[in-house]
Amino acid sequence: MADTVLEVKGVCKKFRRGEFHNSLRDLVPALMSSLFRGGRSQELERREFWALRDVSFSVQRGEAVGIIGGNGAGKSTILKLLTGIMRPTMGSIRVAGRVSAVIEITAGFHQDLTGRENVYLNGAILGMTRQEIRRRFDEIVAFAGLEEFIDTPVKRYSSGMYARLGFSVAAHVDPDVLLVDEVLSVGDYLFQRKCVERMNAVIAGGSTVIFVSHNLRELANVCHRSVLLDKGRVKMVGPTDEVIMAYYRAGQKDRAADAERGVLITEVTTHDESGPRVEFETGSTLGITVHARARTRHDDMTLVIQIVDENQYPVFDTCTQRLGGGAITLDGEQTLKCTFELDLNLAGGMFYVNAYLHRYLTDLPYDAWSCAATFFVKGPVEARGIVALHPRLVERHVSAAASGVLHSRRDDSSPASSPRRSASTT
Amino acid sequence: MLDALRELVAHRELLYVITWREIRVKYKQSVMGMLWAILMPLVIVAAGFIVRFAFSRISGKPLAMSDLTSVAVKAAPWAFFVAAIRFGTNCLVANSSLVTKIYVPRLIFPISAVLSQLFDLVIAGVVISVIMLVTRTGVSLQLLWLPLLLGSLILLATALAIMFSAASLFFRDVKYIVEVLLTFAIFFTPVLYDSSVFGSRAPLLLANPVSPLLEGLASAVVLHQCPSLPWVSYSVACSALLFVAALGAFRKVEPYFAESI
Repeated sequence: MADTVLEVKGVCKKFRRGEFHNSLRDLVPALMSSLFRGGRSQELERREFWALRDVSFSVQRGEAVGIIGGNGAGKSTILKLLTGIMRPTMGSIRVAGRVSAVIEITAGFHQDLTGRENVYLNGAILGMTRQEIRRRFDEIVAFAGLEEFIDTPVKRYSSGMYARLGFSVAAHVDPDVLLVDEVLSVGDYLFQRKCVERMNAVIAGGSTVIFVSHNLRELANVCHRSVLLDKGRVKMVGPTDEVIMAYYRAGQKDRAADAERGVLITEVTTHDESGPRVEFETGSTLGITVHARARTRHDDMTLVIQIVDENQYPVFDTCTQRLGGGAITLDGEQTLKCTFELDLNLAGGMFYVNAYLHRYLTDLPYDAWSCAATFFVKGPVEARGIVALHPRLVERHVSAAASGVLHSRRDDSSPASSPRRSASTT
Repeated sequence: MLDALRELVAHRELLYVITWREIRVKYKQSVMGMLWAILMPLVIVAAGFIVRFAFSRISGKPLAMSDLTSVAVKAAPWAFFVAAIRFGTNCLVANSSLVTKIYVPRLIFPISAVLSQLFDLVIAGVVISVIMLVTRTGVSLQLLWLPLLLGSLILLATALAIMFSAASLFFRDVKYIVEVLLTFAIFFTPVLYDSSVFGSRAPLLLANPVSPLLEGLASAVVLHQCPSLPWVSYSVACSALLFVAALGAFRKVEPYFAESI
């Protein structure tokens, strides 16, 4: 198609595992041995691994495409190939126009330079001209909210200020193709929202965005289409919500088929007294039952359950050890069933249950299952957020309108700014 | 080769900013700041004076003023040459976060390393001009050799910086080898003495491509004589060839930088 901005065709990328010669002392013997054995040694081939295999997809102008996949699926490798940091072992990549990567937004920073100097430095590294930077300087600083500290060396910045300045520069480059990797986790909630808005503005401005994130809800907000990667191969290309569903499903199917693990969590269900259930009311009792099976003997285990919200943010976790259950030992082909009961003081929303089998007293996981179960909470209308803190209004006092116009106006606007409070009195 | 140069021209702003960063960072948070740029060449020139003074005492030959100025004229470019290579060798490893995380033409790093040292040479040049004014060295048409001689020296330093920077990215040993070579190179280069000291063996010394350039500088600037044409052309040819070779080699291994660093 004429308006294809980015085309990845049959791309493979090979890496070598382990350490390779970083000093001549290692190289010389290695060269000698390969000389005598002739050709490539088998050992070398065993140490190679393919981070990407035959990856192909294309992106149209103005499109936002997400890349989804577990750890080690090859997401970052793809971005590194797209920026030109690395070259593919096979296949071709064609990008039309200026590529800007919001990958390591602070990589170009120099600790000893001031914020102002770093804006110029980083802007130039990301491909802006000095004139462009000068023109947008105030905008960049205002976006980061660092007007007061711009002449302070960045080594005195907090990590949040540091990252915000980095993102702000990167966000003002006006690229043809913007690559974003897991950076929206910087800054507070307001800054993250500003970032998403900025990305949407970049897309609306006709730029193309490639977005890599584990925060799937954010990814779904920005991208219409996504690519699902699994162990370096493209599993699916399609509308983002379908790809996200396929991604979750793949995780569960893998588990059932996985015969290599010595011990395995086989089933996680949520229920109440009457049986399995996925919808709960705030304040009710949530039952979680976990089944596990051992293929070989495992001593000293502890079972951890964790509840995360839809952004994968941990809300709560507990384990058999902390609940006084002691160490769990399973012999081969023995099964385990644990049932937990939780007071569900959560506000309304969707939550996931993660389950882990750890070695007792350490965090070494034998088995981990993320998003093993999903449940919904119907919360009370008066509380929003993650937790239900059971709010009660104990006083609502509006002062007498005696001291002039100014005061009474302020009193009027105060209930309006917190609608919940005014609502509960009517 | 042309591609590489074209890419550099396209990224000249970045080259400028990175060079500016190197200069800026070097003198940040130091009490004397930019004064260091003047002090370092002064120290080298002073060392040269002492050596020449000792020479003349031992050999019994009287010390001419032109001897002292020619030491100054040779010592400052030599200091630049050594610093440029030392700094250039480490530049890619020092910028590893940029090499592995953001794409920029990597040639920028060794070149800006050389350019930032050039800044010090310019300042040293001012100091030397003052010395020459005080010693009434005078000027002549031979000064027109200056651009060619200095340009060739810069080209040679850049070529070596490019080569060693890539080599030390793959093999950290290179850094130590270069360090040793640079420490002892002053004995094989006519900086504190003249190649004529060696009589018929002088060509051995002049085979070091830096030597004819330094001697040429001294003769053009201090003695107002035309530099030895065959030797200067030899050096210029060496510099140009090395530069082309370095550029080619660098381009060839550049794709493997990010995964090998």
